[in-house]
Amino acid sequence: MKLVLTEEQQFLKDTAQNFAKDKTPVTHFREMRDSENSQCWDESIWKEMVELGWSGILVPEKFGGSEFGMAGISVIMQELGKTLTPSPILSTSVLGVSAINMLGSDEQKENYLPKILAGELTTALAIDEGNHHDPFAIEATAVLDGDEWVLNGKKVFVVDGASADTVLLVARTSGKSGESNGISVFAANNDSPGLNITKIATADSRNYANIEMSDLKLDQNALLGEQDLAGETLEKILDLGRIAISAEMLGNTEEAFEVTVNYLKERKQFGVQIGSFQALQHRAAKMFCEIELTKSAVIAAMHAADENSNELERLASLAKFQAGETLHLVSNEAIQMHGGIGVTDEYDIGFYLKRARVAEQIFGTSEFHQARYADISGF
Amino acid sequence: MEHLEQFRQEVRDWLEVNCPPSMRTPLVPEEEVWGGRNAEYVNPESKLWLERMGEKGWTAPNLPKEYGGGGLDRDQTKVLHQELFRIKARPALNSFGIWMLAPCIIEFGSEEQKREHLPKIIKGEIRWCQGYSEPGSGSDLASLSTKAEDMGDHYLVNGQKVWTSYADKADWIFALVRTGPKEPKHNGISFLLIDMATEGVSTKPITLISGKSPFCETFFDNVKAPKENLVGVENSGWTIAKKLLQHERNFISNFGLAGGGTGSGADVVNIAKKYLGETNGQIANQAHRENITLHKMKEHAFGLTLQRSGDEGAKASAASSMFKYYGTEHNKDRYELMIAAMGNKGLGWTNEGFSDDEQAITKAWLRTKANSIEGGTSEVQLNVISRRVLDLPN
Repeated sequence: MKLVLTEEQQFLKDTAQNFAKDKTPVTHFREMRDSENSQCWDESIWKEMVELGWSGILVPEKFGGSEFGMAGISVIMQELGKTLTPSPILSTSVLGVSAINMLGSDEQKENYLPKILAGELTTALAIDEGNHHDPFAIEATAVLDGDEWVLNGKKVFVVDGASADTVLLVARTSGKSGESNGISVFAANNDSPGLNITKIATADSRNYANIEMSDLKLDQNALLGEQDLAGETLEKILDLGRIAISAEMLGNTEEAFEVTVNYLKERKQFGVQIGSFQALQHRAAKMFCEIELTKSAVIAAMHAADENSNELERLASLAKFQAGETLHLVSNEAIQMHGGIGVTDEYDIGFYLKRARVAEQIFGTSEFHQARYADISGF
Repeated sequence: MEHLEQFRQEVRDWLEVNCPPSMRTPLVPEEEVWGGRNAEYVNPESKLWLERMGEKGWTAPNLPKEYGGGGLDRDQTKVLHQELFRIKARPALNSFGIWMLAPCIIEFGSEEQKREHLPKIIKGEIRWCQGYSEPGSGSDLASLSTKAEDMGDHYLVNGQKVWTSYADKADWIFALVRTGPKEPKHNGISFLLIDMATEGVSTKPITLISGKSPFCETFFDNVKAPKENLVGVENSGWTIAKKLLQHERNFISNFGLAGGGTGSGADVVNIAKKYLGETNGQIANQAHRENITLHKMKEHAFGLTLQRSGDEGAKASAASSMFKYYGTEHNKDRYELMIAAMGNKGLGWTNEGFSDDEQAITKAWLRTKANSIEGGTSEVQLNVISRRVLDLPN
């Protein structure tokens, strides 16, 4: 495994970089935040992304996708992360496509994948139930009643859940909370009776929802994959999501850092550029090192996913941990080094801090992944 | 690809025949090979291994064949390293000559210097040491004052160097000397090669906090160095000095990660399990386990960064400062975690109450404190990153 991009991946990255610069600079995010748009992303921008093929990066070729893989979609997310571009790419193009492709039957793939590819359908993966990511702590239940599944329980902090056309609900069909066995995944239309979706307002002004299932009735073909046996595959799907959001967080970090270093060169106090102060230089240099480590962890993880490496779990946790730690550091230092204007709403740098903390929570914090890494490594 | 696999097979076949059995066992410190006129070989097979590898040029695989190197390209060098690693072969030769000096002679040296020095370096016949720091010139290296006066056919060298690694065992020294006392400090420095057997050269070991003496003071008292031993142009030695420092940093950051100078390579997780105990196969103490996990994750990400840098074929300059800074700080951290995990067993000084391994770790812990000082302090590396990579103002 070489830790570099192929020409194809570099091309995707360049395309995404230009897209973000031209179509979705940070002012685009600011407009979204200040608008009445409750889904928090722009329909026409998503359509353009779909036209570029970004909804189908992980879709198999036989359904019209490009199979550019996790490396392909990760470099796109990295570039979109630089300008905080809101879109359903993580929830739909990564998680939705992977869940349907890895768990679903041929018929389900036929049903969903072409629609996702065409930008006609967005999805959300509803998994967490508590204050912290804990993928097997599933208490929501699904019980077969005649020829219908009946689901009860709640889901929280569902990424893009407030607008998704189809919600992928993780529920327990046997066993008890904490067990990987007994977990099943169901696809439900957002307007299904008994499915109550409530948008929540988070600091990063993006799209999340809490979901309640009260005797939600779904027909039998709503079950994705085999009953009770989705746990292991779900971990893999989550790892792909973790890698993708790590790439986005790397993009957040790179941009926040660049803006900050530029500010150190512009801002003058005591008659000199503040970037000439060693107290700031050394902190900036340390951030540079951490960013280099993050780039390596992310690129190793995305290639591991595409090569089906048995190191995938460890590398996904390493990537999410390192991306989280670095973004945490850089987002804090960015504010401090900007001084007073850093804490004003008028200036963009605060957006990166708010996005950082929310992204750190998604699919497991650094603490979660540190513990997971230790367990996998046998420490 | 095909020719690489063919090369791999050739390497395998050659190693099978030529790597002596005891050279495939874990290295013990007394048997480390540094070569030189006065080398002593506790194990005769280490001498044999050096001779065979030196003959092949594989002690310096990527240096040109015409000067005794292996003449291998980047991919072939990688294959050679992989195959050596696969059979757990010991390094045939440790050498400041190969790690630091040879690349600079290749770049800046005259044809005569290349023919004279490179083959002896590669075969391990001559052992080199580095004369850079002085008592008054540490981080501010360019302020050095050891002077070399032009006496027509030779330079007359007077002054003192400090932190000269293994000067008492070395045959030759590459030294920075002041040839232009009136020039601005960076513009009056030359890069001079001096035979340690010359009259007027003397050394005195420095005892470190670890109790060991890997470093010396080196004195030059009216030492005559022939003019042909000047590398490059007079008064432009600073350029060579900086380039050599990059090679040194790369070496220290790799070396640092590997074992802090002891070659013990003790794994912090195994140490922790041994001295803190295990619960269900895990390090028994949670606080130690968390600290160690953080450390291992950083190590993993740093290792991937070294790999990425190689894969990208990145330019040395900026990366070398990052690797030097990160690698040495990380290595210090590793030994702090190790002695912490060992508790009172991590603090032994002699074999009264402590095993050889335990003492070695304590001594290595103390040795690592110099990692972030030698070859440019961590603070100097952070300065380099700030100025050269981030382009922050002076």
